[in-house]
Amino acid sequence: MSASDAERSGGVSDALHDPTTEDSRGGQGYPDPEGARDFPLETYVLSVNGRDLPVDDAWVGESLLYVLRERLGQPGSKNACEQGECGSCSVLMDGALVASCCVLAADAVGSAVVTVEGLAGEGELSDVQRAFVEQGAVQCGFCIPGMIVALTDLLDRSPAASELEMREAISGNLCRCTGYGRIFAAFRHVQEERSHARA
Amino acid sequence: MSVIARPANLQDAFDALDTLPDAQLLAGGTDFMVEVNFGHRRPPAVVAIRRLAELQGYQVRDDEVDIGAAVTWTTIERQLAGELPALAAAARTVGSPQMRNAATIGGNVATASPAGDGLPVLLAADASLVLASRHGERTVPFAEFVTGVKRTVLRPGEIITRVRVPRLTGPQEFLKVGTRNAMVISICCAALLIDRVGRTVRIGLGSVAPTPVRAPAAESYIAAEIDWDALSAPAESVTRFGELVRDAVRPITDHRGSAAYRSRAVQVIATRALERSLAA
Repeated sequence: MSASDAERSGGVSDALHDPTTEDSRGGQGYPDPEGARDFPLETYVLSVNGRDLPVDDAWVGESLLYVLRERLGQPGSKNACEQGECGSCSVLMDGALVASCCVLAADAVGSAVVTVEGLAGEGELSDVQRAFVEQGAVQCGFCIPGMIVALTDLLDRSPAASELEMREAISGNLCRCTGYGRIFAAFRHVQEERSHARA
Repeated sequence: MSVIARPANLQDAFDALDTLPDAQLLAGGTDFMVEVNFGHRRPPAVVAIRRLAELQGYQVRDDEVDIGAAVTWTTIERQLAGELPALAAAARTVGSPQMRNAATIGGNVATASPAGDGLPVLLAADASLVLASRHGERTVPFAEFVTGVKRTVLRPGEIITRVRVPRLTGPQEFLKVGTRNAMVISICCAALLIDRVGRTVRIGLGSVAPTPVRAPAAESYIAAEIDWDALSAPAESVTRFGELVRDAVRPITDHRGSAAYRSRAVQVIATRALERSLAA
């Protein structure tokens, strides 16, 4: 079983959205077997990493994060808090860094979504991803996709960002291994690499 | 039949609301989606209003900034710090960068949370809201808009289109107390705006009452104490101002802080905001 298969086969999201189970945090599941009245369905197309992907008969309340992970086979964006606190689900939407758990997927129609999977070509790493590996910035790894998307956004927007700007830019990305030192080092490494490349 | 509409202008939005009368209006989604994710809300239908042409952009005029309801906090933080310093400072404390890129000023107003970071600024600035419905438009002072915890005078079928914030000449401060310097819901917050032309001091306070509140007794007291040419005030008057602000609030105890802590903290930040605004 590959890592992504494991991602798809279990985890909090399945339990949370499975209509036949009780939501462990207070939701009640579908009150009627059809679910049509309380969970109206919608069909639409999302643009993810440059490809138009159909989403068929999805509950209209589903978050972009859920649709990416559970319907579109893009499990790179991680699901942790589901309330915009942790940043592990960060994606770019029309070039803006957002928490995909707090975006209604059906309202992302017409927007260009870029996930961590789309930052480099298939099987390749972006300079930010490579720096995270080389600088030992990855511990448990759970926050890393969100960190990488957030820092990619900052480095593209503000190549000479200061230490404080960098800290502010990832103030919404939590690393519970508290591995921030190596993450900062990876950020500085990319800054140096890019500034040498420009020189 | 589709249960979500993504109209591009107000007329189409009103039509969508006719077709989907139970629809939830959706702007940035940062409040709404949390409730949906946790199973507390199940939208029967959605009218997404972030694309509405009438809700976009801002106009800077001599006396006010007219901000589209769909303008995000990131835009306010980055582009309006010169015109509306306290609102931009508040913007910078709204959630995380990810939240600020999606969350809108109109959504903050419509949600009307006691802890809404932008609201004390809008109250202190005497901002007004333009509300549009199929039947026309009305302008409501922000001070009359929020009636209770997450309760407003917004009627079914009405959409907030613009937030009009008067420009003032004078120092402005926004201070917020929380467990971190980022990414927190406020335990209390204060916006202090000084109008050197009108010679008034306005303070808006958040998370210390069911709605954002002003402190009128404190405001008129300190306005009479200030030497307006030097923009200074005696130290004991500044201290008294903080006490009067404390006396104006009726906070509750909740998981973020106790009533006693909030009363004390709001006194401290009100005093500090005034100290920072006055000449040494």
